[in-house]
Amino acid sequence: MNIGQAFRMAVKSILGNKMRALLTMLGIIIGVTAVIALVSIGQGATKSVTDSVASLGTNSLTVNINGRGSTTTIDYKEAAEFSELEGVEVSAPANRQNATVKFKTTSASVSVVGVTPDYTTAQDYEVSSGRFISQIDLDFLQRIAVIGSGTAEDLFGTDSPIGQRLLINGIGYKIVGVLASKGSSLSGSNDDIVMIPVTNSERLFKSKGVSTVYIKVEDGADMDAVTTELENALYKKFRANEDAYSVFNQADVLETFSSISDTLSIALGGIAGISLLVGGIGIMNIMLVSVTERTREIGIRKAIGAKKKDIMIQFLIESIALSGLGGLLGVGFGVGIALLVSKTTSLGVELSYPIMGLAFGFSVFIGIVFGMFPANKASNLKPIDALRFE
Amino acid sequence: MNAAQKQPTELIRIEQLNKQYKMGGEIVHALSDISLTINHGDLLAIIGPSGSGKSTLMNVIGCLDGPTTGSYWLDGEEVSRLRESRLAEIRNRKIGFIFQNFNLLNKLTALENVELPLIYRGVPAKQRKEDALAALAKVGLDSRSGHRPNELSGGQQQRVAIARALAGNPPILLADEPTGALDTKTGVEVMRLIKELNAQGHTIILITHDLSIAEQAGRVVRIQDGRISEEGGGRREHRASV
Repeated sequence: MNIGQAFRMAVKSILGNKMRALLTMLGIIIGVTAVIALVSIGQGATKSVTDSVASLGTNSLTVNINGRGSTTTIDYKEAAEFSELEGVEVSAPANRQNATVKFKTTSASVSVVGVTPDYTTAQDYEVSSGRFISQIDLDFLQRIAVIGSGTAEDLFGTDSPIGQRLLINGIGYKIVGVLASKGSSLSGSNDDIVMIPVTNSERLFKSKGVSTVYIKVEDGADMDAVTTELENALYKKFRANEDAYSVFNQADVLETFSSISDTLSIALGGIAGISLLVGGIGIMNIMLVSVTERTREIGIRKAIGAKKKDIMIQFLIESIALSGLGGLLGVGFGVGIALLVSKTTSLGVELSYPIMGLAFGFSVFIGIVFGMFPANKASNLKPIDALRFE
Repeated sequence: MNAAQKQPTELIRIEQLNKQYKMGGEIVHALSDISLTINHGDLLAIIGPSGSGKSTLMNVIGCLDGPTTGSYWLDGEEVSRLRESRLAEIRNRKIGFIFQNFNLLNKLTALENVELPLIYRGVPAKQRKEDALAALAKVGLDSRSGHRPNELSGGQQQRVAIARALAGNPPILLADEPTGALDTKTGVEVMRLIKELNAQGHTIILITHDLSIAEQAGRVVRIQDGRISEEGGGRREHRASV
């Protein structure tokens, strides 16, 4: 008897008892559906996070300065000199503080960032109207400000803020420009922001030195070399006080996220494995019942010439067909749920063909493993005992 | 072709065959010292009351069970000590079973039931269908090939079972109470079919407890307490003149 014939027999036997077949497959169906749906949604979420990290630029580095005081901090001029290092496009020192800004009777709590003209390049900001802060503003300690689109909307509504006076912690600043909207990133909104010359911010907040330096590297491939270079420069500047600074690069952040999503995938895989295992036990259970029920059929088949192997193959293929069909249905339902979720919610969904293949393959494997015992039991029945069975 | 006009050739030879099995800690001698020869073209009836060992004898002749001691030659091959898979092959090629309660598979159509022994023999699909239809035609049921057993009457079901036994063209048909589950009229029809098949040259072994059935056989072997004695040999001449 060939495999194709056995497979047709198995399908016939499954179709002969549709309800039971469906209930038997339910464990596998639910397991596979859960895996496909969860993994699709999980990968979608991971992708949206990594995309937003990547949108910050994979060729940017961030230096955080933790220390304060003349030996443990650097001023903006020193920080700007990092742009002279090889491979660095721009170096934009910044001094970020939270403050209350006020226009007439409206006030808002925003991040006030002391910046240099290079800040737009380093952080991919664009000016939508007016102008950005220039070197001359820094040199003459001009009390001017460039505000983010969120702040503009909060304080001025639809009116143009250009030329208006804004109070930051009670000190008046003239608005010279508005930034284009950039959306949110991991560190919060990029639009609820007010930028002033870094020299002014030092005076306003009475803090000397810069807290952060944003570095843009010319070529993403030079990332590691530039990081090393930068660390050496910082090491010298801070006189071997390594605690005073730290260098982050976006690739590290991405790596962290992908390791989180890997852990998540392993956890999902574990859950899926357990539910498939339970499904497999369900199949074994029903197959054992089926063997008992069909003892007489087995006897008849053996009497007219079925060998042990033939009976074994018949029952094994039946359980594989059950689990395989369950896996297939599960993949179908899983994809359906994932698509439904992506249509009805804002969650992104990423369908992964390898995961579908893996889930289907694993359910077939479960069919083989858990079909083995019942099939073996069936094939070992003695024809005379089986024929006598009522 | 009439077997009686040729020199009868030996199909089955059983010598000094014993079968014992344990039942509730006691050894039961189901068959003792059985010696029996069956020739090509014979219609042989084995009769005996229940518990006489006739089912055990049928199982041994049908290669469903092996003897404890003794030898069993089937179509020139000693089969009493063969492995299970080889026995399955012998059952498939040499023996056509006809059971009292038909033993058809209810999920399959008549045609598929008849095809089963050919499937296990590995006959290709097209040939298999032709052979199965031919066997169904032989029992006059070719028009019912698409029906399932539960859509057929008892007599028709038994004829499908006979067609299944015939499909592989085995040298021996082994019928265990073939009319036992049928009413008298259909029983007579089935017996007529069996006798026709015998006239066509099939070797048939009937196992029955019904004397009126046994009388229609050319040879009658009576089994009692696991021992056999042959009687009714006189009918052989009668059959030869048919």
